[in-house]
Amino acid sequence: MESKAIEVSSEKKGNFFTRLFKKDNPNKVGTLKSSVFSMLLLLPYLIFFIIFIIVPVATAIGLSFTNYNAMTTPDFVGMTNYINLLTNDDVFMQDIIPNTLKFALICGPVSYFLSFILAWMLAQIPKISRTILSLLIYSPSLTAGVTIQVVWVAIFSGDANGYLNSFLLQLGTISEPIQWLQSSEYLLPIMILVTIWSSMGVGFLAMLSGILNIDSELYEAAYVDGMRTRFQEIRYITLPSMKPQLLFGAVMSVVNTFQAGDIGVQLSGSNPTPNYAGSLIINHIEDYGYIRYEMGYASAISVFLLIMIYVISKIIRKLLSSNED
Amino acid sequence: MSFTGKRINPKHFHPSQIKFYLILLPIAVFMVMPIIYMFTTAFKPEEELFQFPPSFFVKNPTLDNFQSLFKLMNGSSVPASRYLFNSILVTILTVLISIFLSVSAGYILSKKHFKGQKLIFEINTIALMFVPIAVTIPRFIIVVKLGLIDNFLANILPICAMPIGLFLVKQFIDQIPDALIEAAKIDGAGEFTILFRVICPMVKPAIATIAILAFQSAWGNVEASTYYINDESLKTFAYYLSTFSSSTSSAATQGVAAASALILFAPNLIIFIIMQSNVMDTMAHSGIK
Repeated sequence: MESKAIEVSSEKKGNFFTRLFKKDNPNKVGTLKSSVFSMLLLLPYLIFFIIFIIVPVATAIGLSFTNYNAMTTPDFVGMTNYINLLTNDDVFMQDIIPNTLKFALICGPVSYFLSFILAWMLAQIPKISRTILSLLIYSPSLTAGVTIQVVWVAIFSGDANGYLNSFLLQLGTISEPIQWLQSSEYLLPIMILVTIWSSMGVGFLAMLSGILNIDSELYEAAYVDGMRTRFQEIRYITLPSMKPQLLFGAVMSVVNTFQAGDIGVQLSGSNPTPNYAGSLIINHIEDYGYIRYEMGYASAISVFLLIMIYVISKIIRKLLSSNED
Repeated sequence: MSFTGKRINPKHFHPSQIKFYLILLPIAVFMVMPIIYMFTTAFKPEEELFQFPPSFFVKNPTLDNFQSLFKLMNGSSVPASRYLFNSILVTILTVLISIFLSVSAGYILSKKHFKGQKLIFEINTIALMFVPIAVTIPRFIIVVKLGLIDNFLANILPICAMPIGLFLVKQFIDQIPDALIEAAKIDGAGEFTILFRVICPMVKPAIATIAILAFQSAWGNVEASTYYINDESLKTFAYYLSTFSSSTSSAATQGVAAASALILFAPNLIIFIIMQSNVMDTMAHSGIK
């Protein structure tokens, strides 16, 4: 609530100033031409945005109230899908939701703080070594689905030839190979590890450039004014000076986390994953949508997921704006 | 402790930086290890793939894996070059269209004032959290309704609107003072001149970042080829590679899978290296200081 108040007041302030500015603006002749120009440039994006983002979400909401098997016309069933999802779907409640929460609550924050800390440390070293190290740290995020699968399946392969197994066998830590990717115990932790590994992406780069772009005179002035420690430096100069990048980085962490929903299936090679150990909401949608053709029910799960992401986004914006002081 | 010179973005090595290297180096090694594995495995001959215990590095590098990958490809009805051509075309068009969409809309949302503007940006910010794989089913229905099934454009159009691109450009343009645009207006610059001559050069870092994002999403996109297109000759390289590596657990196919993964990965890396120097240079000269 508090953060909302801050947001609203800052918006009002913006409007107030822009109104003031407009009144003083002598360029009124160009207004019509200017608004035609504005529409001309804004429309293309809006058209794409509406067709491929807004309409699919609206369709998912619409379908979630129906029974639809992709062949016959959908028939309206009211809240049935949602009621079934929340009361009848044992797998959803006992496996999918706990897995998704565990996965998201570890991957999101860890990748977010790691990108900031790494970016901050990289900013403290000279350009050449910084460029090389940041390239190495960034490169895993360039691996898309297929690549991730190829690389990590070989490392965690279940036979003695898998890299981790052969390494542990040689060390004598284990006496026979472990089926890493088929075990309900290890699959989720491995998914988390792999996702964090591949999450130092554009959010990380944005933070790095954000830190590098901070005016060094700000630091000098603050030290003259009695600032003492590196912690104070981060708290009072670095973080407040890179707000846009911090918000962007947070958003990227959330998106990466939920877009990686397929990772369990890619690693274990089956949907559902063994004992549902690595199944996340995305896999449940595919399970019902493309395997059982219960599109209405699958849409209800999609809507549930979108609401969940929206709530998380609200919480993050609240946290970031309360940071503003 | 008083201020001891410039510590962020230092020009030279200083012993006080050692602690950062001590943390950063092991992390960088961990991050890059699986990628090195991909490179070495892609060039391993068959006997090294089956070797026990497996060795991390390759002793006698060979191109066998790439050759057998392309042999497999030539066995199908469509030549590998066709998939590659499709992918390159799809990627170039997607990058260009999404840059144009994001920059033009970002400029309007940042520097023009009209009713509903706040609302549009607010919706876009919510859409940053949009996860396309959550709505593959409705998206498929829309592509059908638009008549884009088996149309080459189905590879491109669904991924062109990037909420992240618009968001990023708008954030960058917000930092450009209005006075600069007013000054250009007074000098007689028209709207298009302001956008392309004043704004574009100043948001190069953002443009480079959108280019990277669009490149990645287009180059690695398998969704369109899997769901929207049945005609083999219109599918993309990433899709074709993904059909090999979906069955990759045995040592025999590891080499071919690594080779295909490398082909998918390398352009991303190269584009990033090119763009990264661009981003760094533009950052240094952008005047946002």
